[in-house]
Formats: sequence, structure tokens, C-alpha cells
Amino acid sequence: MQLIYEQSVNGRRGVRLPVSDVPAAAELPENLLRRQSAALPEVSELDLVRHFTNLSRRNYSLDTNFYPLGSCTMKYNAKVLENAAALFAPFHPMTALLPGGVEFCQGSLGMLYDLGQMLADITGMDEVTTQPLAGAHGEMTGILLIAAYHAARGNKSKKKYVVVPDSSHGTNPASASIAGYEIITVPTASYGDMDIELFKKAMNDEVAAVMMTCPNTLGLFNPHIKEISDIAHSHDALMYYDGANLNAIMGKVKPGDVGFDVIHVNLHKTFGTPHGGGGPGAGPVGVKRELIPFLPQPRIVMNDAGQFLLEDQKAGSIGRTANFFGNFSVMAKAYAYIIMLGREGLIQVSEQAVLNANYIKERLKAYYDLPYDMTCMHECVFSASKQLEHGVHAIDVAKFLIDKGYHPPTVYFPLIVKEAIMIEPTETESKATLDAFIDVMIEAAMTAETNPQLLHDAPVTTPVGRLDETKAAREQNVCCIG
Amino acid sequence: MAEMYFTKEHEWIKVTGATGKVGISEHAAHELGDITFVELPKIGKTVKQFDVLAAIESVKAASDIFAPLSGKVLAVNEDLDTTPETVNESAEEKAWMVELEISDSAELKNLMTQDQYNEFLKTL
Repeated sequence: MQLIYEQSVNGRRGVRLPVSDVPAAAELPENLLRRQSAALPEVSELDLVRHFTNLSRRNYSLDTNFYPLGSCTMKYNAKVLENAAALFAPFHPMTALLPGGVEFCQGSLGMLYDLGQMLADITGMDEVTTQPLAGAHGEMTGILLIAAYHAARGNKSKKKYVVVPDSSHGTNPASASIAGYEIITVPTASYGDMDIELFKKAMNDEVAAVMMTCPNTLGLFNPHIKEISDIAHSHDALMYYDGANLNAIMGKVKPGDVGFDVIHVNLHKTFGTPHGGGGPGAGPVGVKRELIPFLPQPRIVMNDAGQFLLEDQKAGSIGRTANFFGNFSVMAKAYAYIIMLGREGLIQVSEQAVLNANYIKERLKAYYDLPYDMTCMHECVFSASKQLEHGVHAIDVAKFLIDKGYHPPTVYFPLIVKEAIMIEPTETESKATLDAFIDVMIEAAMTAETNPQLLHDAPVTTPVGRLDETKAAREQNVCCIG
Repeated sequence: MAEMYFTKEHEWIKVTGATGKVGISEHAAHELGDITFVELPKIGKTVKQFDVLAAIESVKAASDIFAPLSGKVLAVNEDLDTTPETVNESAEEKAWMVELEISDSAELKNLMTQDQYNEFLKTL
């Protein structure tokens, strides 16, 4: 397929702009003017439409195929949620901030307030801010809240460390480090969770927080979680819950009930809103009562008359973390998702997600090494170590899946599993889809033994073949023309 | 001849008198895959034994490199800025990363000799 630049013909036009009937503004200074025209492609409207239509047909998405990308919860995003967000489209985002404007957006503020209440209920927290714009932004907000909490108690200089397990998402230590903390990493024990004895040794009164994902990135729920919380609290350290894997436990466990003090939720994972480029995401943060004074401003509060108000300028707040009220349309979709499914529906979501992951785990464990062989939650982590005996790596299996029409699972994460293949099917896939995927995974395992070269050569059905990832990382020059 | 010692995290240090050059083992380089970036410390930085000294990125992962011994950074191998692939080609020779002024050679007791390291690799 040609680049749009390669289709360019001098002088060809898609649209013709009329001559401007507006007087030219003041001349721009000479030093700000272009010396030569921008090298934009010159194509007809039809060239343009065909180019982008053909590009879009090469796109891979949840709307076309199965997407078992571990740790990402790539569930189907119901189209009706887009309709819910569209209902709010006529409202200007500045309205609430104008003098008297709050009266004109009671519905919008009420939706945000109710969403916060529902998320607080699901997670066992006392209040939620909807400002953070993504999971990592939520983590950053959460850690700043923890820092503000310790500072308010006169412990700013005393609290120096944040403890994370070695299976954590990289954003956990990164967020804590940016907030000025040093990181203590605790290894994983043979039972697949943070080593409880090493954790006890790592804890001291200088620890500000313990950041955990539960179930963790191996898809395992930590049976010691309450004990870990109690130990942390005995050192005046707060417990941070990374909500990345919340899809596994809705309606079963509330993180607040097992000792967590701060949590972020990835609406684009658990609550059915689109990810990344199709998103954006949103990372609301919930806290226990003691941390409410530090929440980002403005807070949305309800008065005795049932009116929603913006409360601002409170001393102690960490300040705004986003413009307006976060990614508003994402909130509207998540709100609709929760209302549609209800309490029973959310429980069913988690049960089905866990069942699907265990089904894949049980059917594939004869073909792929399962380093932590126990009941998993919403995802399972294999190792391609058996395939490695034939020179086949996890990346080769992943590329083979592309040829068969599947988005690969997450590979080489978590870092503690060699040649990791991390599969998260989510609750929205049928048994027929899972069976078809399992068959292809088995075919990959067989091919690794009989014809490993086929896996090394994959993918061969895609517009471009195996990419040179090393060259891409070493020579970071993405200039395509000139 | 410089003596070579190893950590469980797969760093090596070649000790010559009061200084030592630090790098990662061939085993570690092989496990990481194609190295794309080595983040070196500032000259003059002081580190304690097993503190983070540098960082390394490969196509697969980013990892910390820990100081085998306490000391002060005397020099860094700036060639690795432009040719990180040297780590894959010559992990235990050309791809030294940091030269340390050793502050306490008694800490060597916490490290493995070449033979001990070879035995350790068999247990992984």
C-alpha cells in the first residue's frame, strides 16, 4: 500500500477554497514566515477517501476480532454507551464554572456525583474524585494524596519509601518515584504472591505506602492481603490499590474492606469504555474518609436540598489534577454501564471473566508451561519455556497468532515469568470464541515442535512482516520524507 | 590479572587494586535480548553495595543494574550511548559500564567468584 505522500501529484486538489473576502490581518513578522511550502500530499477527494478507507480496513479492533491482551481487560464496548455519552454533548464544559452556572448543569454534576458514589460502593471507599484522566494519572493522584496525608500529620520528611511487589505494573514504582519516594521491591514467593516474610522485613516506620494490585499480574488473589494491610497500618503506612484488575472481584471483595485506603479504577478496563486511541481513558481515585480533605478541587458535593454544588478553595487539597471534571464522556459511558448491569450484573461480569480465564488455563496447560499452577482470577500467565527447547520464543507464538487472525496476548510481562504469555479473555467472549483461540494456541505449540521456522517467519499475512524491533528502538528516526 | 566477582542479579566487577569495572554477565545479556539503551550514572556519584547504579533497556524489558560494591563512580563507558549492542557482543569484556573507586573491599565476601557464579547459573 502506498503512503499518501507517494500518491501526491503536483497541483492536484481535493477541495478548492474560495478567494478570501476577509481583509488580511497585520503582516506576520518575516522571521515567522515559512521559507518553503509545507510538504503536504496533493490528492483528490477520492484518492483521500480510498486511502483512509483502505487503511481502516487493515485496522484490528475488538469490533473485528478477539483481543486477549493480558492486564488490559479488552472487553467489548457496547455501542449503546456511546449514545449515553452523546446525551451530554450539547452542554458546554465551562458552564459549571460560570457565575450561577451550577444551576444549569445539575444533571451533569449529578451524574458525576452518582458515578463517584457507585464506584465508592463497588470499591469500599468513602469518596471518589473523577478528575484523573487515566490509570497512571490516577496512581500519581493517589500517591500525592498519600504524601499530603503524611505531610499534614507532620511526617513529610520521615516518610521516605514506597513498597511494591516485583510483579507490579511499572507505573506503580514510577508514580511513587516521581512523587519523591524511594522504592523497595519485594520478591514474589513460590506461591505466586508477594513473599510475606520478606515483606515483613522490608516494612518500617519510614514507609509511606504499600502499592498492590490484587489479584496481581499473575492473576492470583493474595490470601495474605488483610495481614499485609494490618502490618502496613501498624507502621502508619497507607495501602494503595491498583485497580487494573478490578474486573476479577466486583461484588465479591471490596478493597476498602480488606484495608486499602486509596484506589484508582480504570474505567476503560473494568467499566466498558474504550481504550487508548479509541478512548480516552479515565482513572477515578477513591479514598477512605481520612484522605477526603486532600482530594483534588473542585469537589462535587450535595447539599441538604439535594442540589449539587462545587466546593473549591479548601486548604489541604492537592489542587486540580485535570481541567474541568476529567474525561467527562468516559464517565457518562461508565455510568451507563454500571446502571445497565446493576449489582447482580457486575457480579456476573466478574464471575464470567474468571471462569473464561480458568477455562483457557485448564485447556492450554498441557501445551504450555504454567509456572503458577493454581486457580486464577481474570487472567492466566503461561511461559513459552517448553517451546524454547525448540528455539521458539513467546514473541514467535505471538506473531503466529497474528497470522491466524488474533491479537496476541501480552508477552514478556509480568517480568517475573520467563517468556511470559499473559492471556485475559474477559467476560464478553463466548465459549466458541475461546475454543477457536485455544485451537490456534495448540496449533502454535505443535508447530513449535514440528516446524519452528514457520513461527520464526510469522507473520506473513500482514501488510508488513516481522518488524525489526531492535532497529526501531536503537535508531529512533521516524522522519518519513526528505 | 584482575579478579572477577558476580552478584545474584548478574552484575560483575573486575577488581584491579582499589578500583573495579562493572558490567552485566553474558548470561544476563543473553536473557535480556537485544540491548537498546544503557543509562549510565554521573561521574562522582557515590553508591552503597547493591544500590541502583545504572539502568539497561532491551527490546523485552527495562532493568536496574545494581552496584556490586560500595564506591564512587570514576568513569563511565560512553561508547555504550551510541553502541548499546556492544553489551550483546561482549558483555564481560568491552561492555564495561562503570568504573568504581571501591570504598570497602571487605564487601567482596557478599559476591560470588566465577566458579560460584557458574554453579549458581545451573540452579536457575
